[in-house]
Amino acid sequence: MATTYGGDHAHDDHKPAFFARWFYSTNHKDIGTLYLIFGIISGLIGGYLSFMMRLELGQPGIQIFENFHTYNVFVSMHGLIMIFFMVMPALIGGFGNWFVPIMIGAPDMAFPRMNNLSFWLLPVALICLLISFFVPGSASGNGFGGGWVMYPPLSTSGSPGPAFDFIIIGLLAAGFSSIFGAINFITTILNMRAPGMTIHKMPLFAWGVLVTAFLLLLALPVLAAALFMLFTDRIDGGTGFFNPAMGGDPEMFQHLFWFFGHPEVYIMILPAFGIVSHVISTFSKKPIFGYLGMAYAMVAIGVVGFVVWAHHMYTVGMDVNLKAYFLAATLVIAVPTGVKIFSWLATMWGGSIRYSIPMQWALAFIFLFVLGGVTGVVLANAGVDAALHDTYYVVAHFHYVLSMGAVFGIFCGFTYWFGKMFGVLYNKYLAAAHFWAFFIGVNLIFFPQHFLGMQGMPRRYVDYPVEFAFYNQISTAGAFLTLLSVVLFFVWVIEALLVRRPAGENYWGEGATTLEWTLSSPPPFHQFNSLPVIEDTDGH
Amino acid sequence: MGFKRLSLALSTALIAAAVFAGPAFAVNGPKDKAIGFQEGVTPVMENLVSFHNVYLMPIITVITLFVLVLMGYIMWRFSEKRNPVPSKTTHHVGLEVAWTIVPVLILLVMVVPSMRLLYFQDVIPEADMTVKVTGNTWNWEYAYPDYPDVESYISNILEEKDALAAGKPYLLGSDAPLVVPVDTTVRVIVTSSNNLHSFAVPAFGIKMDAVPGRLNETWFKVNPGKEGTYFGQCSELCGVRHAYMPIEVEVVSKDRFRQWAANGGAYTTTSADASALDSSVTMGAANAAAPK
Repeated sequence: MATTYGGDHAHDDHKPAFFARWFYSTNHKDIGTLYLIFGIISGLIGGYLSFMMRLELGQPGIQIFENFHTYNVFVSMHGLIMIFFMVMPALIGGFGNWFVPIMIGAPDMAFPRMNNLSFWLLPVALICLLISFFVPGSASGNGFGGGWVMYPPLSTSGSPGPAFDFIIIGLLAAGFSSIFGAINFITTILNMRAPGMTIHKMPLFAWGVLVTAFLLLLALPVLAAALFMLFTDRIDGGTGFFNPAMGGDPEMFQHLFWFFGHPEVYIMILPAFGIVSHVISTFSKKPIFGYLGMAYAMVAIGVVGFVVWAHHMYTVGMDVNLKAYFLAATLVIAVPTGVKIFSWLATMWGGSIRYSIPMQWALAFIFLFVLGGVTGVVLANAGVDAALHDTYYVVAHFHYVLSMGAVFGIFCGFTYWFGKMFGVLYNKYLAAAHFWAFFIGVNLIFFPQHFLGMQGMPRRYVDYPVEFAFYNQISTAGAFLTLLSVVLFFVWVIEALLVRRPAGENYWGEGATTLEWTLSSPPPFHQFNSLPVIEDTDGH
Repeated sequence: MGFKRLSLALSTALIAAAVFAGPAFAVNGPKDKAIGFQEGVTPVMENLVSFHNVYLMPIITVITLFVLVLMGYIMWRFSEKRNPVPSKTTHHVGLEVAWTIVPVLILLVMVVPSMRLLYFQDVIPEADMTVKVTGNTWNWEYAYPDYPDVESYISNILEEKDALAAGKPYLLGSDAPLVVPVDTTVRVIVTSSNNLHSFAVPAFGIKMDAVPGRLNETWFKVNPGKEGTYFGQCSELCGVRHAYMPIEVEVVSKDRFRQWAANGGAYTTTSADASALDSSVTMGAANAAAPK
């Protein structure tokens, strides 16, 4: 794999003019960049919403949200925007588009125009969600305040205004965007691998995106159906799928939603698993340990992820035998997850570890993901969940796996590939300051929330009894530190883009062995005009 | 005056109208700076807490520390400086089998007591009485189908100044608690009149969603000697005033409950508590004022 594929066809670098390049774009790298920019913008919006929530909860009483409905709107929109418009676009659309074709030795995605459609549906979707803030939701005010889970009756009779219709339209658009993206990734990965790159030689990030794409393809249509059923339920004289007065059942929506919602959790984390694998391997200067186990652990997580959804619904009044099944099935997920954690540690074992910025993100990812994982094991126990369900313990748990799992994965990938994508190197001290501020900040926010949850503080509360004040204050202090870290993030990115220290082909050295490191930084506009041939070296 | 008598007097004071109340404070409820569960006062919550504390917490702590220590050691031992030449090992079948099997065994150890807890909690024993809880937007309605004399009543949140005056914690105290006898198996039927809600009392280890069109059931049996006031909060997002529909449960002696029920929900203090109150106070009066 030591050959260089970049230099010899630099003359093919016919970049279109600005508007055509960025708005009609069919180039996977440009679309990937658009996705990343989009993810950053959405992350700022979602982060603003959560910061206002933390300000409100900084002390007992009402600080900001005189209209409690507005608080519920912030809670709901924070979840929707962070999941659908920040994590998914950044991990799958951003890094997936950028590096899956390069890693498998393909010149571009299989359907470049569909790729363009995938991206441009997202801004439309986000605009729909933003409009919903400003149009009537319920009698209490503008916007939709029914939580990101959108349970009826709060999302049907409880929110008669157009705000929720905009959310339905927006999420349908985002869903179609993801479905098109998933079709594109599956086709690309299954059909366009370079000669010699068998599926069992494919880099783990491509594996992660492949499994994710299958999850998207199977889960999102269920969400689309559930949203559409909500839509028709909301029409006067319409259907009554979820309306008990018409023979429907609100619980059915919860089953449909979580049949999508639980795979969605893995949709957000599997690409991050892939990124972390590459970073660990690169900076240990060792090939990944137990490659096949790693790949099939992701497949196992994806498969089992489809049969555990009702562990989000232990308190809805399910039959006890059903609960017992979901309890057992959920615990099973801990096994492939453990395989991944131990394989990462074994990859480092015997390595020659360099503590670069991406490696710091990856190491923090592993540890914090373990923390979030073990609280997940606690919550899987349906009996214990009776005490913890819908409390801040759950909030702490899923932010440990998302805000620290998926988001650490995003920063890990961003700092790993920044030079490759933009051709410039960043200042490692600034980037380290960002890492430490973010690491300490999010732990301050979320660790004390375990205690709040065990004492019984429910989620989605605009105000709380004074007994919960202490840990909420710590949590809000952490939010200020996290805000600082966001500023530091922009500082190092902007500094790097302005100072323009050129990045070489392979600026990480011997451990970086995947195909993107054989190209120039940034790669040529069209790479691999003559396909790379993967020799049968069998690195393991 | 023993602790029991004291707490009885205290709880009586809590039931009393605002005018009589001294600076009594919530003895059973969330505690500032606490890091564990609230104290369990039912067999279900006691089992839940001990399963968590005896099985789950040690297991997850050991796993987390194991990963942390192992990672720390690897980071120290195999740093670039200490180990300049990386090994090329990428397989070890024994190791890979071990780290698949060992977690499975740990989970098996966990799943047996977990199932026991689940079935103990979910299979409702022969009940001595039933209360029906209906979630409204945004208050709770309590009914006693076994006691035809007791009319169903609405339980609203106490506004901040009323709560202070009544000596109840704001956002937890209500104007008309659910009254139940101690040491009695109470079946709780939960439903809703419109949105979803969730009826939760942390000290009892119960949390059951209120779903329109469905009757969910759960149960609790407060341990002998645990008379007192317990608090919970609505635990399923239900709209604007989600944070303002607290659950207050008044656990009284069986005698007192009989008295209370016989008086149609009217509540007469016994002579033992006369020192705490200078007249008999009826809950029925408070309830009658509440909208139906």
